[in-house]
Amino acid sequence: MTMDRRTFNKLLGAGAFAGAAPALIGRAAAAGPVKAAWIYVGPVGDYGYSYQHDQGRKLVEEKLGDKVKTSFVENVPEGADTERVLVELANKGNDIIFATSFGFMNPTVAAAKRFPNVKFEHATGYKRAKNLATYNIRFYEGRFVQGVIAGHLSKSGIIGYVGAVPIPEVIMGVNAFLLGARSVNPKIRSKFILINTWYDPGKEGDAAKAMIDQGADVITQHTDSPAAMQAAANRGVKAFGQATDMIKFAPKDQLTASVDNWGPYYVDRVRMVIDGTWKSTDVWGGFKAKMLEMAPFRNMPDDVAKAAQQTVDDIASGKILPFKGPLKDQSGKERVAAGSSLPDDKIASMDWLVEGVEGKLPS
Amino acid sequence: MSFAFTSFVLSVIVSSTPLLLAATGELVAERSGVLNLGVEGMMLIGAVSGFAVMVVTGSPVLAVLAAAVGGMVMALIFAVVSLGFLASQVPTGLALTIFGTGLSALVGSGYVGVAVPRLPKLHVPGLSDIPFVGPVVFGQDALVYLSFAAVVGVWFFLNRSRAGLILRAVGDSHDAAHAIGYPVVRIRYLATLFGGAMAGLGGAYMSLAYNSSWAENMTAGRGWIALALVVFATWRPFWLVVGAYLFGAIMYFSLYVQGVGIPVPSPFVSMLPYLATVLVLVLISRDKTRIRLNAPACLGRPFHAAG
Repeated sequence: MTMDRRTFNKLLGAGAFAGAAPALIGRAAAAGPVKAAWIYVGPVGDYGYSYQHDQGRKLVEEKLGDKVKTSFVENVPEGADTERVLVELANKGNDIIFATSFGFMNPTVAAAKRFPNVKFEHATGYKRAKNLATYNIRFYEGRFVQGVIAGHLSKSGIIGYVGAVPIPEVIMGVNAFLLGARSVNPKIRSKFILINTWYDPGKEGDAAKAMIDQGADVITQHTDSPAAMQAAANRGVKAFGQATDMIKFAPKDQLTASVDNWGPYYVDRVRMVIDGTWKSTDVWGGFKAKMLEMAPFRNMPDDVAKAAQQTVDDIASGKILPFKGPLKDQSGKERVAAGSSLPDDKIASMDWLVEGVEGKLPS
Repeated sequence: MSFAFTSFVLSVIVSSTPLLLAATGELVAERSGVLNLGVEGMMLIGAVSGFAVMVVTGSPVLAVLAAAVGGMVMALIFAVVSLGFLASQVPTGLALTIFGTGLSALVGSGYVGVAVPRLPKLHVPGLSDIPFVGPVVFGQDALVYLSFAAVVGVWFFLNRSRAGLILRAVGDSHDAAHAIGYPVVRIRYLATLFGGAMAGLGGAYMSLAYNSSWAENMTAGRGWIALALVVFATWRPFWLVVGAYLFGAIMYFSLYVQGVGIPVPSPFVSMLPYLATVLVLVLISRDKTRIRLNAPACLGRPFHAAG
């Protein structure tokens, strides 16, 4: 129980000290299992975003067996502590470290600089280096499918989106949700509320309730707890789960959920480390790469489920491009011309809302 | 339209109830002269204990009781340290909040992502089906009714009962109360424990009714708002209802306006309830006489029996 100052300093300074001598670290020997580590922003038991990453880690253990040794750190705060955790993991001799939250970006860049022999991978970010790769899921494809379902089911013609913060990831989701719905019902409108946090069940639920009070009758959420869906279910309103199949929270009201499937990517990447073929890349996979899957379509008529499945297949085959022209923004300005589709870099930096979304982005 | 209004009112009731429960408890503690800043921590422990018992036993009654007990245990820690060992109340209360945040996260780590049914709502055949009045008056869960009963009860206790008079005497002048022979420390213990139980219930409302799920730090600052509400109400129970519902409405409304399409920066929305707290406190503090008339004179002051 006692901790003297020396132990304490050692804990505090472990990072800085070891960082000064990165040459000593690196991969000690080619023999033995490859060590892979993950850091999560939430608890692995959140049954959401971090949970899905950890499922991926487990798949790596399952597929690669004794060729790999994995570990993880959960509840890592985004900020000054992130780099310390990364450095600690690098010091422990990990060969590859996955930083799984957008907010880990700058600390991961810094850690990658200090440990050139360790491979880093950062999820949902855009900064890369020779030993720092990025990877992400095309979440917006799932939003489009949800929109198609909402378009079929909404009677009021108003659908609602609970988001966290106005970043491109959220904005493309809001847009794709409406575009999916409009592909079925051209008159449908959507509302959105941003609650300025990824995880505050109280607010997530309140935001859903507020939009239901304003007439929305299908709700989707882009926050980490099931609260928005639960709040909707309490009002008898249909909703979508997020990141993982959340059916047990709303057995009668969850329509489906966009399920993040990081596992196959992780298996590939760790295998590349084992084979010595790992390179820094930027992967953005969706239905086609099976990095995104939809939970079973439930609580909806068969023909809607069929239409939803068809949409998934068509997006995977490239027949449907969610951001295909002609697309206008809220001011009526044409953003994508008829016959063309928004290129990836423009999707990734999206900062405008499509016509038909109610509400403005705070400037 | 009337449906929308009804559900708006229902949503506001849900936002306000945890504030009202916790603030009512704190009001009694403060009236006895104890300033317990650990409301947030006690709420979180209440939320997690209630939720855990709900998962294990499936009984809403036991869950609510467990939440009250959880809050009381936290309050007891505070009471032993600040009333027994005479540690300063302000840092002790702050420590209690930090401790409660960490402990509840630890205890609750196994309960994240577990689903439980929501607290049952009253349903009176016939009455609950009346438009507006039915769901609002006859369709709430037990804790909502309890929050109002507690306000009336506390008002009656403080202003119409002898025991309440003694409690106020202890809060206004512990030396005088001690001289007459009242057990100052024991009374403060009881008041603090009551505060803990009510904070625990406020937390249980968060985890069993507001969301029916457990999440780390899920009270998200509501304990601090409850503390501010006691000052807002200038230590008068019925004003707590006004304050709690005003703040509940602000918290809900700040999200509601976004849905209407008014572009509000989301950080501003998060800030709004706290901004309102600060503004209201500033406005109230301008009226010095009212504060002085109602504030317990010995609030936050340690009591040395020897003196």
